[in-house]
Amino acid sequence: MMLTRMFAVAGLALVIGAGAAEARDQIRIVGSSTVFPFSTAVAERFGKTTDFKTPVVEATGSGGGLKLFCAGVGVGHPDITNSSRRIKASEVKMCADNGVAEVVEVKIGYDGIVVANSKKAAQYALTLKDLFLALAKDVPDGAGKLTPNPYKTWKDVNPDLPATKIEVLGPPPTSGTRDAFVELALEGGCKSFDWIEALKKSDKNRYKAICHTIREDGAYVEAGENDNLIVQKLEANPDALGVFGFSFLDQNSDKVQGSKIDGVEPEFELIAEGEYPISRPLFFYVKKAHVGVVPGIAEFLAEFTSDKAWGEEGYLGDKGLIPMLEDERAEWTEKAAGLVPLSM
Amino acid sequence: MTDTPVSPSRSDTAQAVKAGLRRRYAAERRFKAYGIAAIGVALLMLGILFGTIIANGWSAFRQTYVQIDVLVDAAEIDPDGNRDPKILSRGDYEKLIKLSLREIFPDVKKRKEKRELYDLVSSGAAFDLRDDVMADPSLVGQTVSLWVPASDDIDMFMKGYISAEVAEDERRVSDKQIARIESLREQGRISTGFNLRFFTGGDSREPELAGIAGAALGTLWTMLVVLALAFPLGVMSAVYLEEFAPKNRWTDIIEVNINNLAAVPSIVFGLLGLAVFLNFFGMPRSAPLVGGLVLALMTLPTIIIAGRAALKAVPPSIREGALGLGASRMQMVVGNVLPLAMPGMLTGAIIGMARALGETAPLLMIGMVAFIVDLPKNPLDAATVLPVQIFLWADSPERAFVERTSAATIVLLVFLILMNLGAVLLRKKFERRW
Repeated sequence: MMLTRMFAVAGLALVIGAGAAEARDQIRIVGSSTVFPFSTAVAERFGKTTDFKTPVVEATGSGGGLKLFCAGVGVGHPDITNSSRRIKASEVKMCADNGVAEVVEVKIGYDGIVVANSKKAAQYALTLKDLFLALAKDVPDGAGKLTPNPYKTWKDVNPDLPATKIEVLGPPPTSGTRDAFVELALEGGCKSFDWIEALKKSDKNRYKAICHTIREDGAYVEAGENDNLIVQKLEANPDALGVFGFSFLDQNSDKVQGSKIDGVEPEFELIAEGEYPISRPLFFYVKKAHVGVVPGIAEFLAEFTSDKAWGEEGYLGDKGLIPMLEDERAEWTEKAAGLVPLSM
Repeated sequence: MTDTPVSPSRSDTAQAVKAGLRRRYAAERRFKAYGIAAIGVALLMLGILFGTIIANGWSAFRQTYVQIDVLVDAAEIDPDGNRDPKILSRGDYEKLIKLSLREIFPDVKKRKEKRELYDLVSSGAAFDLRDDVMADPSLVGQTVSLWVPASDDIDMFMKGYISAEVAEDERRVSDKQIARIESLREQGRISTGFNLRFFTGGDSREPELAGIAGAALGTLWTMLVVLALAFPLGVMSAVYLEEFAPKNRWTDIIEVNINNLAAVPSIVFGLLGLAVFLNFFGMPRSAPLVGGLVLALMTLPTIIIAGRAALKAVPPSIREGALGLGASRMQMVVGNVLPLAMPGMLTGAIIGMARALGETAPLLMIGMVAFIVDLPKNPLDAATVLPVQIFLWADSPERAFVERTSAATIVLLVFLILMNLGAVLLRKKFERRW
């Protein structure tokens, strides 16, 4: 008796489940875990201040998000994807192949990546070149050749730096923060060698291999995706440096300090003005075909691009987002309001 | 006297035994000591784990509140004066809260100072006020005295996680804010109380507003689906395999596969869920129904194996007695064997479900690792589960989420301990020995 009833309930639930996919009244957002804290903050406000349901936000990573996003049009697919890098041409093509023809791009601001250490130790002043020499797998030996990274201490890299062992805690390769750090910091330092820069034109793959490969002999420690953990480890080990997003530095400024990079402090204003070298733009992409089908998308865009949210004193700034300058904000607000599709 | 070959005399053997005795006793003592040391290390680890979690987490069950007197200005929120709920819900309650704070500190003039002042209370205060006014429109035009949650930074400061000793620009609470907290305290406008919202609220990006009710409900729905599916299927499979199935090559293959399935890593079931339930059947993402289906598949082998063991433990004499009195095989199974095997089967089911309760990996694939504010009202609403909530909070930058992460872990552990306790009690109560 009880068993049959249980079967009936389960069967019924299955049938309802299949039917529910037909309609949806809740916005679905996927994508970058870097944009996640900002996207969720807007989603929550949106849910509380409007009559629409609170959007569901998943952190799938930028690449994973775009893959889901571009899989097709229809309520079974997400409406918006967050990305900590710009959409690639190949992804635009993948979208188009699956019928997602019109995609609206919205740039939301910047994120700085900081190299920080414990407050118990002295602040570092690094250059991109120092970072490359300290962390790359192979480094130039001075005679136009490469040699496996011989540097053990920061002093070996640059005589101005302290004689502490090189130990950098950073995100694993699956992380968007790692990608951006490699592209902006390591490649930035790598390019300062003329012969490597020349390789970029002649042998792009080799150039990438030199500039984008991090050493694996224990000097760079993959500390997992959890930036809070890196902060805790830095506190326990004053000799180590850590690589993470600006918002974590902002929240833990009593425990850790950001290193100067190329002479620039990792500060809110300096990142916003583009002075700080390791910063990247953040985006989200909207499926135009879903606007008007899933209720609330246009209103969500309006909330995200309002001054109250992404303005200089908006609540996203409190969450660690570094806002664009006023002109740029106005430009993107207009694009978002007009649902101008992306053209590449 | 005959010459008997001299066998080692008794006293020789005794001597040999005696000589070795000390060593053997010592070896035995050492062996016991190793065992005790192993248990000691395990207990110590457990103690450290529980100790740190509880030490980090208990403070999240309390929250700092600030008392403000808000004038619910009719001109601001209900200009037409007809108490239309639609107009009331759109009012600028944030402004009312800000005005009431300015009332307490009339000397605040500068823009930056105002901002710091407004940051004392949670951004949720305006929504609390709105809910109160919506529930009782007669409040419009009156002055309401409200206890609202303090913002997360202030709460952290009050709990001692932010030290006033550090230089001002290095902490998230400014000197002015500390002075204002002091003055609020003198006026009796600040207090620490039980954090009810932690148990009744959904997830939030503001730590002081975040609660585990959404995740707990999601867990409940998921577990109901698991129970409704895995238990009957598991019991029926176990009964058939143990009582009815002929012993041949086919049943052997099935048995081997069930055992293999029990050892498959949980993420594999998530991939299966994504491919079959989401992509093929088109079920909604993030729904507890799908999570339950996936976790049911995962627990099914455990339940079948435990069920078969329980059936095996029922002595054959019971079966033979029932058959001998003329019962059919089905009557024998349903009336005699199953009731005796039930406690063992339930124990297996509970232990399987306790494992499912702590899973996050398979849920990642089907979209249950997500930020979801609204409480799930049925198994089809988007929802998340307790371990996923812990994971999401652990990854949030706000300092106040650290204690909440531990607090949510405490809740999850309480759930697990209750379930395992249930399994032990069931076994104790109904266990029969022959």
